[in-house]
Amino acid sequence: MSHPSPKLPALPRTLLSLLLCGAALGGAVSAMAAPVKVGLALDISGPFAALGAEARDGFALGIKQLGGKLGGQDVEFVQADMAGSPDQAKQLVDRMIQRDKIDIFSGPIGSNVALAVGPTLFNAKVPYLSANAGPSQFAGAQCNAFFFGTAYQNDQFHEAAGKFAQDRGFKKTVLIAPNYPAGKDALGGFKRQFKGQVADELYTKLGQIDYAAELAQLRAAKPDSIYFFLPGAMGINFIKQFVGAGLSKDITLVTSGFSADEDVIGAVGEPMLGLFNTSHWAHDLDNAANKAFVAAFRKEYNGRYPSVYAAQAYDAILAMDAAVKQAGGNAQNREAVVAALKKANYASTRGTFKYANNHFPIENFYLRVIGKDAQGKVTNKLINTVLTNYGDSYAAKCPLK
Amino acid sequence: MSGILVLEQLLNGLGYGLMLFLLAAGLTLVFGIMDVLNLAHGSLFMSGAYVAAEAHTRTGSFTAAIVIAVAVTVVVALLLEVLLMRRLYTRDHLAQVLATFGVILVADDIVKMTWGPSPVMAPTPAALSGPINLVDGLPYPAYRLVILAGGLLVALALYLLVNHTRIGMRVRAGASDRPMAELMGVRVGRIFNGVFLLGAALAALAGALMGPIVAVQVGMGEAILIPALVVLVIGGIGSVRGAFVAALLVGVVDTIGRAFVPMLLRATLPPATAADLGPLFAEVAMYALMVVVLIFRPSGLFSARS
Repeated sequence: MSHPSPKLPALPRTLLSLLLCGAALGGAVSAMAAPVKVGLALDISGPFAALGAEARDGFALGIKQLGGKLGGQDVEFVQADMAGSPDQAKQLVDRMIQRDKIDIFSGPIGSNVALAVGPTLFNAKVPYLSANAGPSQFAGAQCNAFFFGTAYQNDQFHEAAGKFAQDRGFKKTVLIAPNYPAGKDALGGFKRQFKGQVADELYTKLGQIDYAAELAQLRAAKPDSIYFFLPGAMGINFIKQFVGAGLSKDITLVTSGFSADEDVIGAVGEPMLGLFNTSHWAHDLDNAANKAFVAAFRKEYNGRYPSVYAAQAYDAILAMDAAVKQAGGNAQNREAVVAALKKANYASTRGTFKYANNHFPIENFYLRVIGKDAQGKVTNKLINTVLTNYGDSYAAKCPLK
Repeated sequence: MSGILVLEQLLNGLGYGLMLFLLAAGLTLVFGIMDVLNLAHGSLFMSGAYVAAEAHTRTGSFTAAIVIAVAVTVVVALLLEVLLMRRLYTRDHLAQVLATFGVILVADDIVKMTWGPSPVMAPTPAALSGPINLVDGLPYPAYRLVILAGGLLVALALYLLVNHTRIGMRVRAGASDRPMAELMGVRVGRIFNGVFLLGAALAALAGALMGPIVAVQVGMGEAILIPALVVLVIGGIGSVRGAFVAALLVGVVDTIGRAFVPMLLRATLPPATAADLGPLFAEVAMYALMVVVLIFRPSGLFSARS
């Protein structure tokens, strides 16, 4: 800047050239078929790390089988680790919307994360397929046309468990769950179907690992059964410590599939034998799509059984594939994608299911028990159906038609 | 409220307190003698937990896992001392805090690269995974009893070392008045090296023992560093006896806060409201204890410096 340059004329010129560049680029981009952009939240660290890793493997298998395409269209997967943290998730999703311009979103494990990122996605009209979390808020008055609880509504697993506990005739139960949205949904759901005495409700810190203080209270309360909802590492430690404290002799553990799936079984092993749990899916559920999925998963991951999280993530990819195809390959046409998603017209690992008006599934819930397979491997076995074509308790409050 | 419940919670609190003591003992001596605030102490704890989990899975021996974890962590601490800590002695606390905070970030990333972001399962030794009947109606987890016994033994050994040996006398002299100790011919620098490595070994031991109870995960060192610093402040800087008493106090108060306060709240409030308030009281309990102690004894319970 040694010589006095004519500054004012230079500025409009620069702006003009920038605009021209922009126009040229914009033209070039729109001339090519824009790839579908999918934002995937991978909770592979934080309190839901083990669950997030399962979901990641389910996503990866689905994407691989589809040759990296959705409905025949090229796809760009924008992946990020939300670490089970609402703050972090909100920032990452903002970036996915603003910078990456995603067309579809899926992933978060935690309901607290789902609640944090939901409104942003709804404002941007990005279809959100929740591959796990199903908070009651999004099922009731705050339901949204762009939200699909493709997996389940939080209360449903626990309502099924409550029904089982009721049918078994337990008299006195203590409930335990982490203090966050899904924890409250869990205990509320269980109580809706269980009519026996609830001696105590213990809420723990999310991500808590040491349960010595709670186990001492359980011992003092002397219940005949305990219902616990502690996903991931929380449940692993709880079960280990429960057995270690000698409580398993007198008290029956009842839980939902969340705390008794392959991720937990792999870490705890034999002490879990005989544990009853409820789920909308089982790896030995008898339908063609599921058999193909389980076989492919076990082949891909060294004979490991998939967990419910893997199945749900795999389902979410299939649902996206079907929706993009049914929307004529144009993922930018959000209304068409949403309309297609609502049909749930794809081969789900859970068999056929349909959505209620609030975009949460009406589906079966099963009782499973942890036993050994033919090779002596500890795993879940399907026993029977607890609830048939079961919807959630919030659909009536949802204004969607 | 039954006696058994109180007894069980008391044992839980003491176990936690003893682990805090193993962490705080090294921290308080390093701070007391060299006036160096080492925030990376928690990373040594994490190192102990990860190495022990890995060694336990590979060798199948719990004892070997602990020995390996302590040995590896001491080597790490030696490198840390030679490469970084030496350069920080003459700097002010802010520089020390910044530099050792940097070590935390690096350590967390190294662990993430080596073991991945997911928590690692530290197996509980099979022989200790069941309960032992302490009194009638109270089977207590065998593993927690081992932690209690181990913590008490190490505390006793450390007490004897610091209070009843020549080396210990020099350590105490260095902690209470470093310039005077140096004048009297104590080579404080060399003593410090020993204390730093001993502190690392204790932190590693705590990590290895706590591994099977708490999740072995990235950031576990930071989470426990805060209560360890509170112990250091309550006990008085540089005092091993102070750290011991303060650690047990914090352990018991923390357990009371987590176990009994929510119970009392649940008796009067709906469970969900009690659940929201309970953890607040539980978290505040430890700091409230610190405030009360500092009001009456501003330099801690047993300050080494007069």
